[in-house]
Amino acid sequence: MPHVLLQSSFPLTPRMQLLKRYGDGVHVSILDRLPTPFGLVRSGVAPDHQDTKNVINQFSSIAGDARVSFLGNVLVGRDVDVNELRALHHAVVLAYGAESDRRLDIPGEDGSPGAGVFSAREFVWWYNGHPDARHLPIDLSKVRSVAICGIGNVALDCARALLAPPLRFVPTDLAAHALAQLTGDHQTGGGSAVREVHLVARRGPVQAACTPKELKELLTDCGVSARTATPDQLTVSEADSAEMKATRLKRRVFELVSKAVGEASAADAATAAGDRSSPQRRRDLFFQFYRNPVEVLRGPGGAVTGLRVERTAVRPDGPGGTSVAVGSGVFDTIPCDMVLKSIGYKSLPVQGVAFDCRRGVIPNVAGRVLQQTNATASSAASGSTSGSGGGGKGGVPAADVGLYVVGWLKRGPTGIIGTNLVDAEETVDSLAGDAEALLRAGEMSHGSAGPPGAAGLEALLRQRGVRVVGWRRWRLLDEHELAAGRAAGRVREKVTEVREMLRICGFAVE
Amino acid sequence: MLRICTDFLRARGFTASGSSIGFTTAASLCWTAWLHTSIPNYHKPSSLTDGSETVDITYIDKEGKEHTVAAPLGKNLLEVAHDNEIDLEGACEGSLACSTCHLIFESEDYYKKLPEATEDELDMLDLAFGLTDTSRLGCQVIVTKELDGARVRIPAASRNFYVDGHKPKPH
Repeated sequence: MPHVLLQSSFPLTPRMQLLKRYGDGVHVSILDRLPTPFGLVRSGVAPDHQDTKNVINQFSSIAGDARVSFLGNVLVGRDVDVNELRALHHAVVLAYGAESDRRLDIPGEDGSPGAGVFSAREFVWWYNGHPDARHLPIDLSKVRSVAICGIGNVALDCARALLAPPLRFVPTDLAAHALAQLTGDHQTGGGSAVREVHLVARRGPVQAACTPKELKELLTDCGVSARTATPDQLTVSEADSAEMKATRLKRRVFELVSKAVGEASAADAATAAGDRSSPQRRRDLFFQFYRNPVEVLRGPGGAVTGLRVERTAVRPDGPGGTSVAVGSGVFDTIPCDMVLKSIGYKSLPVQGVAFDCRRGVIPNVAGRVLQQTNATASSAASGSTSGSGGGGKGGVPAADVGLYVVGWLKRGPTGIIGTNLVDAEETVDSLAGDAEALLRAGEMSHGSAGPPGAAGLEALLRQRGVRVVGWRRWRLLDEHELAAGRAAGRVREKVTEVREMLRICGFAVE
Repeated sequence: MLRICTDFLRARGFTASGSSIGFTTAASLCWTAWLHTSIPNYHKPSSLTDGSETVDITYIDKEGKEHTVAAPLGKNLLEVAHDNEIDLEGACEGSLACSTCHLIFESEDYYKKLPEATEDELDMLDLAFGLTDTSRLGCQVIVTKELDGARVRIPAASRNFYVDGHKPKPH
């Protein structure tokens, strides 16, 4: 029976596809470094997007299957290493996504740890209750203006969390400490002071990475007034117009933004003319198109005071046919008290596996991981080599047999849940194609029964005193969160410290 | 025989529930046979749990295999697929929060019979892999009599989905 190990519990589709293909003849073990499963569905998807989380139901219905073992609270690199995992299973699939961030690489970006500048990932983890971000020094009672670099859907999620009426989040599973800051039940303060958010985009509306559904939500459901700092921030080129004509999605984005900005100006004019019928002052959302961040400005104490930006023009003839932003030599300062960087995630390398530092992915062909070369040898520290991702001796390196990769770690951190579905099919196809060879290899190394799989791994972890959170223990935590949520009129009240999670799961903690 | 009769009648514009006035002599033989066989189409639509009226829908799965199923009127194409254990993903369970139930209508004729997609559906459909001019989200398409005989394809990604045009080296 093939034993497959999936490292990270989010990729439901590889697991489901493996089970479908092999029926009773496969066992799949899933590792997660957190006691909680579901990865980004728990820590990334916005709390007011509960429908997007429905996919958890499919996972849960499979997790109870005898052919699947969930092993939470197991960190590869600390509790067990990749080579040990490979020795215990026929195949190992790396699916741990991208838990680091692209940097702006501008002066002022790094102050005292985290002071005023965070990646969007950190901010989202913070309001979603990820244990790693629980104690980030975020204090919204001292923040009036936020500059978000980037205009993808994650940037919109952050803007919505900051600007929408906090009541919107009360019935959701937004973390309690974040809700307290938004609503002002906080011990020390009177709630969030945020009144304006700037979405800072190097290029124009037609290059924006966000999608219509999320944009429409932000512009119509959140009580915000959409604005630009200068009227020319909504100009589009001829190439842009052609693209909008050809692509509905682009047209929709542009229409939604222009319409909202137009409505806000009209409302302003009406108020100025003495019309008292408009609602009370709303919060402001600035679409700062054609602005490239060049410096984070800080005051004498180190606190963020603003984001210096250079105005850009977009040239449609960049490398590979993409459009590029070109600086104009004109600068502005966007006043702000906090900067969020929403310019993309980055994967981290893992010891013993090839890593392409330039692209930030594990080198592979159709999901089969490639062997390490001089250019892609990983190190435990974040890679500093300028790996070209190619062969050491010319040509593509051979596959690292039995090792596979899927998801963001395979193709880069873009796409939606559905994109991973398609990606998973490819990796599972490769794995299935190799199955016979892997089974034979397993027999050669371990005899006719093959490698021990989950049983062997569990024994090893037990021997090392690792407190493995299996599905049964997760369900104890799950029920605890759901019950606490019910008592407070919320979908769920998340536990945000690992120690507390382990205690609830039934482990003795000091 | 039965199938030929219903096809024949449909081709002449008679609906399955048969307002059956004015048919040719050849058809009358079929008609007799039709009356004597209780087929689901003959009955008036009743509650969904009650052997209700159905139409035939053919799903072409990711491997190219065809599955023709009896789809009850009023159900959506995602539900029907799941009822018949056809491998159509529905990650958000029909709440217009994903595009994984993307289906392609093989014939433009059937596609045109559908009520227009809402803006919300189109916004999600725009993100679907392999979008075509006859694409819809399965969870938004409600089975009606006009869809009898429709063929829908589940897009198979692995055939031609490679990021940045990358092609795998043969092993």
